Amino acid sequence: MLKNNIPTNSDANIRLGTLQPGARGIIVEIGAANEADMANEADRLREIGFAEGLDFEVMQQSPFGQDPIAVAVGGMTVALRRRDANLIIVETL
Amino acid sequence: MTSDIRIALVGNPNCGKSALFNALTGLKQKVANYPGATVERRTGPLLDNDTIELIDLPGSYSLTPRSPDEEVTRNILFGTQENEAKPDVILCVVDATNLAQHLRFTLELKSLGIPMILALNMSDLAAREQIQINADKLSTKLGIPVIETVAVRKKGLENIKTNIQNIIADNEGTTIDTWDSVAARQKAARRLAADVTISEGIGHKTSRTLDKIFLHPFLGLVILFSLLFFMFQAVFSWSEVPMGLIEDGIIVLQGVVSANLSEGFIASFLSDGILGGVGSVIVFLPQIIILFAFILTLESTGYMSRAAFLMDKLMASVGLNGRAFIPLLSSFACAIPGIMAARAIANPKDRLTTILIAPLMTCSARIPVYTVIIGAFIPNTTVGNSFVGLQGLVMFGLYLMGIVSALIIATVLKRTIAKGTATSFLLELPKYQAPNFRFIMVGLIERSRLFLRRAGTVIMGATVILWALASYPNAPTGSDKPDVYHSFAGMIGRALEVIFAPIGFNWEISIALVPGMAAREVAISSLGTVYSLAGSEEAIETGLIDMLNGLWSLPTALAFLAWYIYAPQCLSTIAVTRRETNGWKWPIFMTGYLFVVAYIAAFITYQLSSALIE
Repeated sequence: MLKNNIPTNSDANIRLGTLQPGARGIIVEIGAANEADMANEADRLREIGFAEGLDFEVMQQSPFGQDPIAVAVGGMTVALRRRDANLIIVETL
Repeated sequence: MTSDIRIALVGNPNCGKSALFNALTGLKQKVANYPGATVERRTGPLLDNDTIELIDLPGSYSLTPRSPDEEVTRNILFGTQENEAKPDVILCVVDATNLAQHLRFTLELKSLGIPMILALNMSDLAAREQIQINADKLSTKLGIPVIETVAVRKKGLENIKTNIQNIIADNEGTTIDTWDSVAARQKAARRLAADVTISEGIGHKTSRTLDKIFLHPFLGLVILFSLLFFMFQAVFSWSEVPMGLIEDGIIVLQGVVSANLSEGFIASFLSDGILGGVGSVIVFLPQIIILFAFILTLESTGYMSRAAFLMDKLMASVGLNGRAFIPLLSSFACAIPGIMAARAIANPKDRLTTILIAPLMTCSARIPVYTVIIGAFIPNTTVGNSFVGLQGLVMFGLYLMGIVSALIIATVLKRTIAKGTATSFLLELPKYQAPNFRFIMVGLIERSRLFLRRAGTVIMGATVILWALASYPNAPTGSDKPDVYHSFAGMIGRALEVIFAPIGFNWEISIALVPGMAAREVAISSLGTVYSLAGSEEAIETGLIDMLNGLWSLPTALAFLAWYIYAPQCLSTIAVTRRETNGWKWPIFMTGYLFVVAYIAAFITYQLSSALIE
């Protein structure tokens, strides 16, 4: 069901939280300008290790309901729920 | 306080900070209370130098606290923590394999104006990943000493000591943070890291490969549950031999007492009170060591956060998140470090719920209770032709009951008193590492020491008081009942029996429940004392397990097990809950609801099994 929301065009705003395991790419933006109320959440994501320009790979998803996901980013791996991951806009390969 | 200089160890979670702390302080560290991961105040002298005190602060990602745990770090560094002076020097620990990420916090820490040293930790791992960092350049750019360290191999430790002495002599001030947002600071950190990195490395391939397996939706779950099952089986089978040895030792000592002392007050006190009571608890040291060894190993390898990932959705279904899994798993060892580890949970409602259900995880203090009753009433056979022991299976069932009850109660709590907004789950999955032997040993020694100290103080005290109450006054001449029946303890027990009779508890059990409040395992030492005083000589020699088999009915034994899944709370758990929730409201609520649930569960178990057997 999540798959339906993924734009096929790689130039469009693809959100990390919509991707399936195996997807790879580059982080473009965290917490877009029109999401100012989410600035605090965006900072949390930055603090744990997400940053613009970093490579990522969706490693695995939870056995129950495919949420949360484990994402390899830079040299580390972070587990997060899809809702939070949707604050991150990516470009897939 | 004899220390002249106080150094705070600060860094992101998973930077190897605790390992470095262990290496720098050795076994001389002081833990203010019970250790969880790094949730308690740990201090120790720097490399045997008593004038320099090292304090290990909870791992944080920034100075903007996201949890009560990180708040402690922020408060200490700002000098606003109660009874805690601002540190003189910061030893900032960064993971050399993840420099760009960790330097952001370093830049933020520089704004504090406290003299700082940077430990470029895990430099061996960095070398293995072919990462090359120009430490001198980093030192120049930051304007602070940078030392490459390998905590597990004690590399760079002396160098830290020298630099700390120098920096204190210089009293060097540091530059001010000029970045006004996380994003800007992050950018600066990345630029700086890129500037000092000679070669970027190949990444930690092993971790990614292992994660494909351990986080796999199917394989990962199979591995997790097999691990847990194996852990609980091991707690029983591996401990058999050492427990037998301790038991034999106690019997030998009791023999020595009776051979050398004439029967009377002192002989009874030593043999029944001390050896019978405290001995029946000490016997469980091997099991507790095995359980903690497993939990510490899982923590040390980095597997624990994978378990949190796998369990997140299940925890979410009862309104919690995967992070709650770690404190709850620690609670299997002891609820106290578990309740304290709940500080890492950001959402206050989630944290409260986790604290309230933590005591339902079967702690090691319940192992003695379960083992004795299972040993006495459940046949030591295997299920079918498999290798699975029936006793182990019943034990597993009791653990499972605790977990299921915890999930149900969490659901209820999250819909009523701890109602709140949907929570999120954000957790770094650290690199897999070979278990750190030193970390595990330090933890095991600490746990054993605490257990033995408890056995020597609280448990011994409670046992001695109980022995006195159970020995006096003497029975009137001509009574056909054992002496203990007429004692003060007997009177208390008979009074309580009125309440506990519907759940199948006799007056002996009712006596044991009272000191069981001090520590759960005291219930067993109390039964040991009560029956030791009441029973015949050969009954004492065959031990408590065989004695109970003759004295209790099966429904009573099962009801006793059901009761112990829920209650009573030991005093230390109540005390730590009061401290962590800042008041009496929640500890009273917790104790109350658990007693009610315990009574209902024991009642149903007793009545149902009585009806089925007859």
